[in-house]
Amino acid sequence: MIQFTIEDRNGERQPIEIPEGINLSLMEVLKASEYNILATCGGMALCATCHVQVLNGLETLPEPQDTELDMLDTLPDADSDSRLACQIRVDDTLEGAIFRIKSEEPV
Amino acid sequence: MITTDICIIGAGPVGLFAVFEAGLLKMRCHLIDALPQVGGQLSEIYPQKPIYDIPGYPSINAQDLVDNLMEQIASFNPGFTLGERVEGLDRQTDGSYIVTTNEGTTVHCQVVVIAGGLGCFEPRKPEIVNLERFEGKGVAYMVKNPEQLRDRRVVLAGGGDSALDWTVFLADVANEVTLVHRSDTFRGAPDSAEKVFNLARQGRINLVLQSTITSINGNGHLQEVSITAKDKTVMTLAADHLIPLFGLTPKLGPIADWGLTIDKSAIHVDTTDYSTNVERIYAIGDINTYPGKLKLILCGFHEAALMCQSAFRYVHPDQKLSFKYTTVNGVPTF
Ligand SMILES: Cc1cc2nc3c(=O)[nH]c(=O)nc-3n(C[C@H](O)[C@H](O)[C@H](O)COP(=O)(O)OP(=O)(O)OC[C@H]3O[C@@H](n4cnc5c(N)ncnc54)[C@H](O)[C@@H]3O)c2cc1C
Ligand code: FES
Repeated sequence: MIQFTIEDRNGERQPIEIPEGINLSLMEVLKASEYNILATCGGMALCATCHVQVLNGLETLPEPQDTELDMLDTLPDADSDSRLACQIRVDDTLEGAIFRIKSEEPV
Repeated sequence: MITTDICIIGAGPVGLFAVFEAGLLKMRCHLIDALPQVGGQLSEIYPQKPIYDIPGYPSINAQDLVDNLMEQIASFNPGFTLGERVEGLDRQTDGSYIVTTNEGTTVHCQVVVIAGGLGCFEPRKPEIVNLERFEGKGVAYMVKNPEQLRDRRVVLAGGGDSALDWTVFLADVANEVTLVHRSDTFRGAPDSAEKVFNLARQGRINLVLQSTITSINGNGHLQEVSITAKDKTVMTLAADHLIPLFGLTPKLGPIADWGLTIDKSAIHVDTTDYSTNVERIYAIGDINTYPGKLKLILCGFHEAALMCQSAFRYVHPDQKLSFKYTTVNGVPTF
């Protein structure tokens, strides 16, 4: 099992456990866990509506690729600890990580 | 006031194709879109991506599909109001509607078709003290008319392609151009980034890197911009215009207040004709929902065809609609 924590827009934290070997992105896990995120582009790093801030464990995650960095560059509130949830694969590099949902709440 | 048969809210692929289906039945259309260009998600989010599930096209680039749709509907002469958001909907005593935009444009129509997709694409706003107070008074989120910036002091914020492109363009138009970016590199098109660095070296623009705009001030109109660097030093710059360019994000917006049955940002429709719970208002494409709904362009096209068959009775109440293949009469024009 891989364990990590999600902090929602109200600051509430919830642990999440995912079996190893599941080929999902963090965005897909967030959607499946009923977090309110748009993820308009379905994970193509084109919409940035899956923006998360990595509060813990940033250094162990695989480096972001150019397409992800390009997209993050267009956000007003991105920082050096920002990532796109759809570009993060859920594997053991996420163990113990804490992600805060940064994208705006869809209305 | 603009007068038409069908007012289509949203000029995405589904709204555009609805013009064709309406035109075959001799119904005129006027389209309104909040974006400055037609094409909806295709043009705004993924213009260069190939689409593989449009019948007859093994693969077609998203923007090419939009261009082809425009060509396909050209003979029906649709009207367009672009860069304006539909805000108001007023039912008249005869059942017709007057649609109003945020800029005061009014359209009188017999039928309203909401093809609003994910909703209005609205600018992502940075957290800047006083930002909204100066909207329309120096602060704008898109450059609609560059001439208005001639010989003015303009500050742009952002690090994507549009921030770079407008910086390069305005260097020749404005009196003073400053680009503020949070990082010290630009990841937009390398060519545009190089142009911006060259302009800065030549002293033709100011480039303020590793910094963000934190507050703005003025007396009725924007006068100054405060910029905070990563090392927390603050500088203040005189400016007439601030243009934050951080892309767009969709919001359902005013459609939510029109008395339609809405569930999770989508409008409930009757699948026999894609009508909503309000008479003469239809919803097609990504904005609607029904059991089995698929958010695909193909499905939106089908919905547009059925919607038009139903809308006909409001536009031509004295005529009986008899279905004919398009190949029987060819494509009529207005
Ligand atoms: C990355 C990506 C890839 C995709 N790939 C495919 C694919 O391969 N095949 C496929 O079939 N589909 C694909 N889709 C889905 C497809 O893009 C949508 O189904 C399609 O765009 C829906 O068209 P639409 O006309 O209903 O809405 P949209 O394209 O969303 O257009 C709606 C328009 O309405 C405007 N609008 C909304 N509210 C208002 C208002 N109040 N006033 C004024 N204007 C308003 C918006 O500005 C927008 O321009 C993809 C989507 C994405 C994001
Ligand atoms: S889902 Fe669109 S960028 Fe992640």
